[in-house]
Amino acid sequence: MIDEFALQCPIPLDNNPTIQMGHGGGGRMTRDLIERIFLPVFANEELAPLHDGAILPPPGGRVAFTTDSFVVRPMFFRGGDVGSLAVNGTVNDLAMCGARPLYLSAGFILEEGLPIKDLWRVVRSMGSAARAAGVRVVTGDTKVVDKGHGDGIFINTAGVGVIETNLTIGPPSVRAGDVIVINGDIGRHGIAVMAEREGLQFESEIASDCAPLAGPVQALLRAGIEVHCLRDLTRGGLTSALVEIGEGAHLPLRIQEEAVPVRDDVRGACEILGLEPFSVANEGRFVAFVPAAQAEPARVTLGEGARVIGSVEAATGEPVFVRVETALGTTRLLDLPSGEQLPRIC
Amino acid sequence: MKYLDEYRDAATARTLAGAIARATTRPWTIMEVCGGQTHAIVRFGIDTLLPPEITLLHGPGCPVCVTPLEILDQAVAIASRPDIIFCSFGDMLRVPGSQSDLFQVKSNGGDVRIVYSPIDALQIARENPTKEVVFLAVGFETTAPANAMAVHRAKEEGISNFSVLVSHVLVPPAMEAILGSRKNRVQGFLAAGHVCTVMGYTEYEPLARKYHVPIVVTGFEPLDILQGVHMCVLQLEEGRAEVENQYVRSVRREGNVPARALLAEVFTVVPRKWRGIGEIPASGLGLAPPYAAFDAARRFQVDRTTAEENPECISGLILQGIRKPQECSAFGTKCTPLHPLGATMVSTEGACAAYYKYRRHETPPAAPARRAGGTGA
Repeated sequence: MIDEFALQCPIPLDNNPTIQMGHGGGGRMTRDLIERIFLPVFANEELAPLHDGAILPPPGGRVAFTTDSFVVRPMFFRGGDVGSLAVNGTVNDLAMCGARPLYLSAGFILEEGLPIKDLWRVVRSMGSAARAAGVRVVTGDTKVVDKGHGDGIFINTAGVGVIETNLTIGPPSVRAGDVIVINGDIGRHGIAVMAEREGLQFESEIASDCAPLAGPVQALLRAGIEVHCLRDLTRGGLTSALVEIGEGAHLPLRIQEEAVPVRDDVRGACEILGLEPFSVANEGRFVAFVPAAQAEPARVTLGEGARVIGSVEAATGEPVFVRVETALGTTRLLDLPSGEQLPRIC
Repeated sequence: MKYLDEYRDAATARTLAGAIARATTRPWTIMEVCGGQTHAIVRFGIDTLLPPEITLLHGPGCPVCVTPLEILDQAVAIASRPDIIFCSFGDMLRVPGSQSDLFQVKSNGGDVRIVYSPIDALQIARENPTKEVVFLAVGFETTAPANAMAVHRAKEEGISNFSVLVSHVLVPPAMEAILGSRKNRVQGFLAAGHVCTVMGYTEYEPLARKYHVPIVVTGFEPLDILQGVHMCVLQLEEGRAEVENQYVRSVRREGNVPARALLAEVFTVVPRKWRGIGEIPASGLGLAPPYAAFDAARRFQVDRTTAEENPECISGLILQGIRKPQECSAFGTKCTPLHPLGATMVSTEGACAAYYKYRRHETPPAAPARRAGGTGA
């Protein structure tokens, strides 16, 4: 393992401070980039041969496989950056399958003119996130596009994990009577990115919740919780996760609004911007559907901040809806946002 | 959350709902004017806390909904030009004009930007002196002062590459249009708190007298709305027709005097077409002659051709409180937020969109109750 604090940006800034088309040309400049930026950070025996692909041992169980692309603007925001997001996003998708993440691929599309120090910062952040999540980046690719044809840096990661449980985790396994447990407060990632993007100032600093979720999921499984379904609360937030699971399971859900943890500063920012906290993106939050009898052990396993927020109801033959009980004792629907959430006029 | 949780307290809400029920002896129809109030009522289910005798109708106070197709078409035409940076509040971007919307313009390569304030658009103009920067200035008296300030500063600083496409609307003329209609069902109003924060409420006093209708200036949180309804019901039951102020923590009778002075300086009252309703005399604000050079419609010579609304859409009747969203045959079937047929489904604050989002699990209501209790309209 390398000491990341000892690493300095290895490409002299005064000599070649930005990404050039030649860095994606497959020649000496590409090789330079790989050997001086990617290899020292991702260092592992599967990547070292720099072959066309990584050769991996059989993982000893069912395999989960997923991919995701990361195009966040701005590249850096409070609490994370596109690099940590690219690792955690894919790690978390594997975790939601009940898998222990093992390997990632990393494909970079770099825009001509990207400062190499920014790439270096992103790659180092990926290295830290990968180590924290216990995965290795074992294969990769780099392309460069003309200036104006990208947004600095786009990253695609694909991931492989091993499933060491016999449970089938997914919406079809959800049962009436299951309870819904969330692992912490919602809305921070979306607000942090929007604040950075739009130059919004709030009284307190809201940082992204970007974090790997394989640890907490594995802890649930080790604790013997009969996990029926898992979903991370990324784009579309809690709203999209619940609506999609309800529809996938063909069962109505009921949520207690007051039980869903939302920090005061996030609620305040949402009020000002006219956003619904339930629909704001997260990068370190998920819901677990578990049998009611295991609600308490599941909540305790997920630690401080985890809450039981609702339950699954019996099928009624009506269309499937997610209902929210408000603080006033009234009921409303939770519905998918039509498109991007937009700040309101007034 | 300080300054909000106090106004969402469940126990106080139940107390207020109980007081409304005890005060109510017969059916009353009350209209909340502002889209923000409509959104809160449907989101928090405030109408379901009320006794069955009280019908809440949703008024024309959603600025996104009432902006006419012609203005949207002009916005699309201007934003499509290569030399333009077109700035707008976020929720105007997906409002369809007769052919296209601003999102479509953006995806075709137009420079369309979401801003949080017209002052931000002015800053973009300062930073891009070789481009023309246009701000879409829509909304009620609430958003007008900031827009007036942007134009005022542009003139003061001589920023000649900044202009505004103006479609401001005024609340009192719309209320009078509703009250003057033969089909009117409204017996009492919750006036829009934030509009009155700017304008005060003296201009509502002649309306209350002329049409003998109670008007309660009301805020936007659940307890504000319940208290506003309570005050309105008490007036109706006692046969009073006064302007009362529920939203005292924000509204003074004379309003925000410097803001009103700025509006009077930069804008002039003009006739305005309201989407779904039609033209209402003296119901809008346009740039006053000394500021006419900042009028984007004039600067870019865009057409003012009339565009046709979808004939199936009943949003005009909904905006006037004559029908409710679920009484429309296209509601939730042909007309959804992704494919809106008309005004009230396009904005999150539109009555149809709010019902679709929070209430479409309910069965459609029975035919509207006959109007009971005369108010001498």
